[in-house]
Order: sequence, then C-alpha cells, then structure tokens
Amino acid sequence: MKTALRDITGFSWRALTGFPTRTILMLMAMAIGVASVIMLTALGEGARRYVSNEFSSLGTNLVIVFPGYSETSGLNPVAMVGTTPRDLTLDDAQVLTRNTNIRRIAPISIGSINASFQGRSREVPIIGSNAELLNIRHWQLAQGRFLPAGDLDRATPVCVIGRNIRDQLFAAQAAVGQWIRLGDRRFRVIGIMASEGRSIGVDVQDTIIIPVASAQQLFNSASLFRILLEVKTRSAIESVKQSTIEILKERHQGKRDVTVITQDAVLKTFDRILGALTYAIGGIAAISLAVAGILIMNVMLVAVSQRTAEIGLLKALGAPQRQILHLILFEAIMLSTFGAMLGVLLGELGCVVIRLVFPALPAYAPLWAVSTAVAVSLLAGFIFSLLPARQAARLDPVLALTGK
Amino acid sequence: MIELSTMQLNMIELNNIHRDFLVGEQKVHALDDINLSIVAGEYISIMGPSGSGKSTLLNLIGLLDSATEGTYLLNQQDVTALPDNEQAATRNKTIGFIFQSFHLIPRLTAAQNVELPLMLAGTEPDQRLPLVNKAITEMDLADRAQHRPDQLSGGQRQRVAIARATIMQPKILLADEPTGNLDQKSGQDVINILEQLNRQGITVIIVTHDNNIGERATRQLKMLDGRIESDQTLSQASL
Ligand SMILES: Nc1ncnc2c1ncn2[C@@H]1O[C@H](COP(=O)(O)OP(=O)(O)O)[C@@H](O)[C@H]1O
Ligand SMILES: [Mg+2]
Repeated sequence: MKTALRDITGFSWRALTGFPTRTILMLMAMAIGVASVIMLTALGEGARRYVSNEFSSLGTNLVIVFPGYSETSGLNPVAMVGTTPRDLTLDDAQVLTRNTNIRRIAPISIGSINASFQGRSREVPIIGSNAELLNIRHWQLAQGRFLPAGDLDRATPVCVIGRNIRDQLFAAQAAVGQWIRLGDRRFRVIGIMASEGRSIGVDVQDTIIIPVASAQQLFNSASLFRILLEVKTRSAIESVKQSTIEILKERHQGKRDVTVITQDAVLKTFDRILGALTYAIGGIAAISLAVAGILIMNVMLVAVSQRTAEIGLLKALGAPQRQILHLILFEAIMLSTFGAMLGVLLGELGCVVIRLVFPALPAYAPLWAVSTAVAVSLLAGFIFSLLPARQAARLDPVLALTGK
Repeated sequence: MIELSTMQLNMIELNNIHRDFLVGEQKVHALDDINLSIVAGEYISIMGPSGSGKSTLLNLIGLLDSATEGTYLLNQQDVTALPDNEQAATRNKTIGFIFQSFHLIPRLTAAQNVELPLMLAGTEPDQRLPLVNKAITEMDLADRAQHRPDQLSGGQRQRVAIARATIMQPKILLADEPTGNLDQKSGQDVINILEQLNRQGITVIIVTHDNNIGERATRQLKMLDGRIESDQTLSQASL
C-alpha cells in the first residue's frame, strides 16, 4: 500500500496544526538550537575575521625582528615580551637595509616619559622610529608631517603626537609648531596622527612618536625593541626572514639571538586558535540540538499516546505497520524541517542584530555551520522520532481503539 | 435472491476458535471454542450480556485480533496467522468497521474522514473525489461534507462513519453497538441504512444490547461466557 506524498504531507500538516501547543513547543526547541549554532559560530567567525583584519592593518608583507631567541620557535611569548640577551641596535637595522628584497625598514624603540606643555603634563608611551613607520603600518596623519626622512642616527627634536595627547596637552590650541617637553628635552610638534592609526597592542592616539635616535638619547639606551621590515613581494618573505637571521647571527658573533616572525605566522596562530574556538562553540551549540532532539522524542511519544485511538482507527481502516511508521516519521521530519528553517531565519536575524550592535565585528555565520545545524536538526528529528513511530506502529489495534 | 452456488460457500468460517486474555495470573476465556459459518449476504445480530465476548468475536472476524487457538477461513483462505501487511490490506478492501463511539478524526472534515481508507489504499486523488461525494450524498450528508465532527450530531457522525466504512465497497460490515451512543430516532436511521446496505448484498454483523434491533436480523446469535448459546435463523424459525 502506497500513499501519495501529497496525502502524507496533508495528513501530517493537519496533525501538526491540530495540536498547536505541541507543535509550537517543538518548533521552538528546534529553532533555538539552530539559531544558537548560527549565532555563536557567527560570533566566533566574526572574532577570527576581526583579528585577521587587525593584523592586515599592521602592514602588508611584514617581517618583525626582535631580540631574544628560544628553541621553541614560532610565536614565543617570552620573545614577544622582549627579554634581551644581546641588544638589537641601530647598526643592525642599518645593515639590513642592504637587502634588496626589503622595501622599507623601521627600527622601533619604546619607552615612557613625562610629556608637558604649558603646565599640563602626563606620562606618555613613546615610540622611537623613522619616516618609514607611517607607510609600513599604513597609518594616516590628521595634520602636519610625519618624522623626516634621513639618517637613522640623527636625533632631530621633533615629534608626532596622537589625537588624545593633542587633546590632553593642547586642548583647543593649535598643536603643530608648538614645542613640548619630553623629560628634560624639548621637541617641536610637526604632525598629529589620525584616528585610523590603530593596531594591536599600541593605540597610536595615546602615543608620541619621535626619531629613534632621539628616543635612544631620551631613554639613554642603544637597544631596539623591534625592527619592522616591509618585504617587496610576498614570495620574498621567507628568504628575507632567513637572510635576516643569517646576517644578524654573523654580526652577533655567530650566535643566533634574535627572533624573526612573519606577520603570516602570527596571523596563522591566531587564526588557528580562533578557528578552533569557533568549532568549539559551534559544537557546544550543536549539543543544544541534540537536546532538542530528545525533546522531540518526548513530545512525539506524548503525541502518539494522545492519538492512540486515531492510530487504532488507521489500522482498522487498513494501514499496515509500515504506513503508520511513515506517517509518524514524516510528521516529525516535517516539524524539524520547519524548526530548522525558522532557526536559520532567527539565527541570521540575530547575526544582523550583532552586526548592528558591534559594527567592527563581521559576524557572519560560516556556511558549514548553517548547513551542519540544519543537517543535525533534521537528523535528530528523524532519529529521535524513530522510537515513538515504532511504538505507534506496533500498537495493538483493539487496545488502541479503546484508547489504551 | 441469493444464488445457490454462493450460498454453499462460506464467506466466514470459524473453527474451534479460542481467545484467551491474561489478566495478571488469571486466564480469561473471552472466546471459548467458537464454531461459526457465515455465507455472503447474511444479516446477523450478536447479543448477550456485557463481557460475553461479542466485541472480541467481532474484532477477530475483522482481523483486528487473532485467535489463541483454532482456524479462521475468510473466503476459503486461511487468515488465522496472516502477516501484518496482508491483514491490513484485507481490512482495507473487504471489511468495514462501525464503532459505538464513531472514531472520526476530529481535525478532519466529514469528507476527509470518509476519504481516509482511499488515501491509505493509495487511490489517486482525482479518483477519490467522486467516490467520496457519492458516499456522502448517499448518507444524506451533502451539506455537511466540509463540517468537522464536532459540528455534527451523533446520527450525522455515525452516518459519516458508515460512509467511511463502505467507501471501499467491502463485502463485510462489522458494527459494534452502532446505536449505543445515539437517540432512538438516529439509531433507527442507522439501522435502516445498514439494512439497506445488506439488501445490496453486503454481509452485515451487528453487536447490540437492544432486543428490538437484534430481533430484526435474519440470523440471531446469543453469546454467554465466550460461547455461542443460540444461533437462530429467522427464515427457518418462521418456516
Ligand atoms: N484486552 C483484554 N485484556 C483482558 N481481558 C479482555 C481484553 N479484552 C476483552 N477482555 C475480556 O474478555 C471478555 C469479553 O470481552 P468483550 O468481548 O469485550 O465482551 P462484550 O463485548 O461482549 O462486552 C471480558 O471478560 C473482558 O474483560
Ligand atoms: Mg463489547
């Protein structure tokens, strides 16, 4: 005996609409499960893309050299902090400029010092660097000029200040052209950074940038915090990395005492961590789908017992066990399909809301998450309704008709 | 009216049928050695006190239940232990049930309820519609076709159930106290309809408490404690 799909659909549809409370309950369980998978993975994926974007804003084809080396290579947290076995110097940076694969070099030294102007003062983080830093980091100037090009060891008394520093030291006054005091030296303000100049770790709005030689004098230290290299082409990154290690090893009495990382490597690490995070929260959310599946089973069991007499009747009218099984299964699958559809709708709506509330976060659910959520919910709907459907199919028709 | 050749062949033949139920430790003999032969076109009533096994016998004939012991031949075919799908197919095509409590599906309209057996049989939708309309009209329910059961009176509901029971043109109609939930007048209507169906050649078996109804049947069975106490055929009695 075969029943047309149209008939099964119609029958199931009327069964679903005939018991609205039960149907809505199950729809909600499914929909919430699917929606939470979609929204949580969208958040995870958004975080991953956010970090990845931040890293690209760090500069393209970037190679970073910093002092210290440990055998456990890669992204080394100790090296990141910058403990210094042997200093990285301006001379080291100078030597690296000879490599024709390198387009730009920016040495960086850092420190913190008291900055003051007309009685207003505050402690400010200082970046000592050169003219290339602006281009390497893709920063923008709001006003004035950046550090002048020229010899790395010329300690010109000029500075470029972040917006917040301008606001705090100068309030409404014009800042460019004024002399401010950094520690016991005077520097002329030649430019102001635009707010776009932000990157991980350093908020340019809160810093003052001065020539690297000036910084070394100011802090009375010859050692560099980093050397940033911008490589001409992506394909040359690895060779620049290797030659940099070799050159510095040679200069440092054959001892390898620097760590060279490429932006790619850092990005990959974060990518891996955040990717794993996305899978993890996706998985946790998927558990809620399994819970929804168990709920489906319970509700379908109740549905079967509610409709015992009806199942008995269908048997009396000539429905074999298989047909009853199919009817109940179809009903559950139809329900989970609607639930999944509703869940996708809710989830995507939720993502839109997240993007509206956090515009910086590109919270788009990855396709794999959406399709997995839908697949898992359909599968759960199917598997968890097998038991109630079999139970219904095996009912004794005489007992069922009397509602027992 | 009925040809001799068909009269000789039994449509239903029950041989030494037992049906036991286990209630706790206790064995209940709902049917105790039943022997019964029914030919096509008979009009039979089954009467007897509550618990005497009337429903059990009817369910067994209708293949809703099976015997603990004995054999059941339906149209000369042994159906004592038929597999589920063949049982279901037989119920669908040759047997129609009418219940005391109607057993209509509340969310379906009268027409949809009547259509159910056709749907289960896989009949094409465009072939179902004329059949359903015809059956509904014959039961005088044309203006109630799109009503749901709760919008119908008891008599109307039972007529929907009869339309449903006859839509597959079964050979046998089994009615278990079909007037039990109806008032005098509607009960009378239902009996008239069943008798008319019987005149069209359908074998009708009615279980009833009502003597007036029971005595209208041409063959009257009286049951007691799972046994057939008496089996009277009216034509013989009147001869
Ligand atoms: N499913 C069952 N389980 C246990 N006992 C049953 C069951 N069905 C019927 N019986 C018993 O079988 C006997 C006959 O029942 P039934 O055929 O329903 O009687 P009637 O229809 O004549 O009132 C009764 O004693 C009843 O209690
Ligand atoms: Mg009974």
